Amino acid sequence: MPNLLIELFSEEIPARMQAQAAHNLKKLITDGLVEAGLTYSGTKAFSTPRRLALAVDGLTAESPTVREERKGPKVGAPEQAIEGFLRGAGVTRDQLEERETPKGAVYFAMIEKAGRLADEIVAEVLEQAVRNFPWPKSMRWGAGSLRWVRPLHSIVCILEDEAGSRIVPTDIDGIKAGDMTEGHRFMSPGRFSVANFDQYASLLKRAHVVLDPEERADHIWQDATNQAFASGLEVVEDKGLLAEVAGLVEWPVVLMGQIGEEFLDLPPEVLQTSMKEHQKFFSVRSAKSKRIERFITVANRETSDNGATILAGNQKVLAARLSDAKFFWENDLRVAKSGMSAWTEQLANVTFHNKLGNQAERINRIAELARDIAPYVGADVEDAEKAARIAKADLSSEMVYEFPELQGLMGRYYAEAAGQSGEIAAVCEEHYAPLGPSDVAPRAALSVAVSLADKIDTLTGFWAIDEKPTGSKDPFALRRAALGVIRLLRENNLSLELSRFLDAQLMRHLIALNGAGAENEIDTLEEILQEIVKAGVFGAAYHAVLDQREAGAVAAKLAETVPDISANLLGFFHDRLKVYLKDEGIRYDVIDACLSGELNDDLQLVAERATALGRVLETDEGANLVQGFKRANNILSQAEAKDGVEYSFGAEIKFAETAEEKALFAALDTAEADIKVALSEGAYETAMTAMAQLRSPVDAFFETVQINTDNQVVRRNRLNLLNRIRTVCASVADLSCLEG
Amino acid sequence: MAEQTDKPRSFQEIILRLQSYWAAKGCAVLQPYDMEVGAGTFHPATTLRSLGTKPWAAAYVQPSRRPTDGRYGENPNRLQHYYQYQVVIKPSPPDLQALYLGSLEAIGIDMGRHDIRFVEDDWESPTLGAWGLGWEVWCDGMEVSQFTYFQQVGGHDCHPVSGELTYGLERLAMYVLGVEHVMDMPYNDPQAPIALSYGDVFRQTEQEYSRWNFDVADTETLLRHFEDAEAECQRILEVGADDPKTGKRIIMAHPAYDQCIKASHLFNLLDARGVISVTERQAYIGRVRTLAKLCADAFVQTEAGGYVS
Repeated sequence: MPNLLIELFSEEIPARMQAQAAHNLKKLITDGLVEAGLTYSGTKAFSTPRRLALAVDGLTAESPTVREERKGPKVGAPEQAIEGFLRGAGVTRDQLEERETPKGAVYFAMIEKAGRLADEIVAEVLEQAVRNFPWPKSMRWGAGSLRWVRPLHSIVCILEDEAGSRIVPTDIDGIKAGDMTEGHRFMSPGRFSVANFDQYASLLKRAHVVLDPEERADHIWQDATNQAFASGLEVVEDKGLLAEVAGLVEWPVVLMGQIGEEFLDLPPEVLQTSMKEHQKFFSVRSAKSKRIERFITVANRETSDNGATILAGNQKVLAARLSDAKFFWENDLRVAKSGMSAWTEQLANVTFHNKLGNQAERINRIAELARDIAPYVGADVEDAEKAARIAKADLSSEMVYEFPELQGLMGRYYAEAAGQSGEIAAVCEEHYAPLGPSDVAPRAALSVAVSLADKIDTLTGFWAIDEKPTGSKDPFALRRAALGVIRLLRENNLSLELSRFLDAQLMRHLIALNGAGAENEIDTLEEILQEIVKAGVFGAAYHAVLDQREAGAVAAKLAETVPDISANLLGFFHDRLKVYLKDEGIRYDVIDACLSGELNDDLQLVAERATALGRVLETDEGANLVQGFKRANNILSQAEAKDGVEYSFGAEIKFAETAEEKALFAALDTAEADIKVALSEGAYETAMTAMAQLRSPVDAFFETVQINTDNQVVRRNRLNLLNRIRTVCASVADLSCLEG
Repeated sequence: MAEQTDKPRSFQEIILRLQSYWAAKGCAVLQPYDMEVGAGTFHPATTLRSLGTKPWAAAYVQPSRRPTDGRYGENPNRLQHYYQYQVVIKPSPPDLQALYLGSLEAIGIDMGRHDIRFVEDDWESPTLGAWGLGWEVWCDGMEVSQFTYFQQVGGHDCHPVSGELTYGLERLAMYVLGVEHVMDMPYNDPQAPIALSYGDVFRQTEQEYSRWNFDVADTETLLRHFEDAEAECQRILEVGADDPKTGKRIIMAHPAYDQCIKASHLFNLLDARGVISVTERQAYIGRVRTLAKLCADAFVQTEAGGYVS
């Protein structure tokens, strides 16, 4: 049982690619070996900045011999067909076997594929893996044509068994596999040979290379926390940074350094971001005050002065970086304290999108919508506008120009410096949220209002200019914006009719897009906008205003476009809602059943209804009621189609003949009343449960009652009764959408 | 101790040591290109010579101008005019990393005391239609060079691939010499009878150019010059290859490329004057790139570009 060791030694592999590359190497090689008929008992893959390594243990020494029987042409078939078969099967004429089959005599070939030595297979599989390696970005170098992430210098490929260790001969674009590798670039220059994995790993360690990235990361973290602890400090945890730093060194040496006193009053986020982004330093803070006071850097070597020169150099670079940051911070604070107007004015020079205008125009629109939304989320109208107007002011600040990832957070600091209330300042930071799955949606009413306004403005804007996401293309992150709206509503339990805001903001965009034309009609258009806020939808608002006067060209155009665009956008929200609720375990068809009713623009309500329906469907009553409903619906639809009438009214209990029929009448009366009360109270689960109570009377009815009797009066009455089942259920959800 | 005696003492000594080092390694030591460029890469010895199949090895200092980086000589690190040291070798030799590290030792960086790292940094020049993969090289956390394997230039795949090294000379020298402010750095030997600092040589010009770049340069003239350079570049390349006077095939790739360089620098000046909006920016960059591609197309039709008649 030989053991295989592979090492691909190259110039520095980007840290962010190493883990995936080690995984890919393992997969490509083991898949290839297995496909060729070999088996193995275990495997491990590793990466350092300069190498990928793979150990495969307990490999079979050769692949098994495989016999395959192949059916050929009929005896007496044209010569060409027989020749072709012989070529394909790789046998000669005299090796063919004639066999009788129900279709006559047919040639058969027995093909025997001899087993192959592991050496041969490994060489092939390795070459395939190297040539087809899925690097995110690869390159050529020198005069060769091989692609690798950076120049590939040497390959170790050895098999070791009881007889000893041997090189697997292979040559990939001039790089011959061997048994030589090298250690740390600076601490242990020179090449050495290896015979197996254990020896490889231990020789590397002697040559100042820790092969296992996890071991490097553990070492860094241990040493960093120990050094910090010894000074009464703690390291700010950052797993991503730890993995990255472990990918930048083969021999990690942890060094803790000082941050100049003059920088310690910078906001902690600024210190942390500057140190991390530029220098890949960990932040070290006081365990008590949580103030960041030092940094940890990880060098790739030991030195005779115990890292003193390295640390001094790093400290100097950091000081230069932080002087910049301090300079930005102080300049920004000056602007902030003078009221931030210099920044908001500057935003007029920054294009948001060439069709959707500049940032200042965008902020105006968001501010107007934030006013509209405020009362519905319990926020103060004036504060909502004020917050919206400064929420993005920090985009003009020097700090955010330098560190875009600090947008919002700096806004909060600057708004506070400008003397704004804590609530308004918080909006600057919170209105971007929620950004990712791990980000929480804001809770404060003011932040919710501006966050909703911001996202709805973006969505309606791109819908107005017809730049919707298609397939995998979503350059403006519109799916995320819609999901953000849904989460804001869900996580704050906010029930509101979204359409009124979509309509209003669409109008604002379309007014801007129609430019001068809209100017002439601006009074009318503004009046419609006001009406939307009151009436709730564009159509009603439009008629309220234009029944009394002639519509101008722009207004007429809006009448044609707004409802369609708005409906399309609402559909987009519904799609996002389905994806979102799917994660909560609610089926698409259950959501569909709840989308067909009224108020389907109230996403929180739809979600609640879907959740309730989902729960009821999990009960026997619920599931069986759906069957009963479908049966009623089918019979009714068929009868309606056949008779050409709609059975929609007037089932009377006096025509009921059986006890089951009468019981159904009673049950429907009860359910109808209960559902009505429950719905008016927004108690969806209660409504659904009331609906599910219909299950036994409906079942009993179908078991005992024949709908299509000869008595036409009774038949009509029964059909009308079925219709009551349909309408009572429909008041809760459209059960016909449900699958199964 | 070695570090003490072997330390260079001035900015120019660092340049001289790099020149000797790379000359000893077989590079042709060229002189700066006599035009305003934003970086050493723009020198035709890099852009054009990285195209085609002919082997090439050159090293040179290139004065570079980035108008928007002007700080009136006050910022310790930022300059609108600075020097890059550029090495370009085609095909990239297998020991290019080792050669590069040798150059750091040559200028007095003791490998035994410092932490040198190759940190992923891919290079792309939208104006040149060029990109490559490589690293920024860190010395104790400071970026001291850019190291790139060219993959494409002027829209052409590089085959063979050139290895390009770019040293930001002021920053590197400040580090080696232990200077905090660029203007305080000794330009020549501080023991010389007339010792000159970097500030003695450049403080005034930084002020003058900062003012001109930001506030005085006439934007209409610049814009006109941009358009002239663009038109001339295209015109040069539209002229047929056959020269009626000499009867020879003479494609004027270099004169055309000069115009491309001009257009690129004029764009940088316009940018510093703040008259180019975000959307226009992309369009201007695209126009320069078009020129760079035309020049690259022309160069590969010349003998130096590997054309065989």
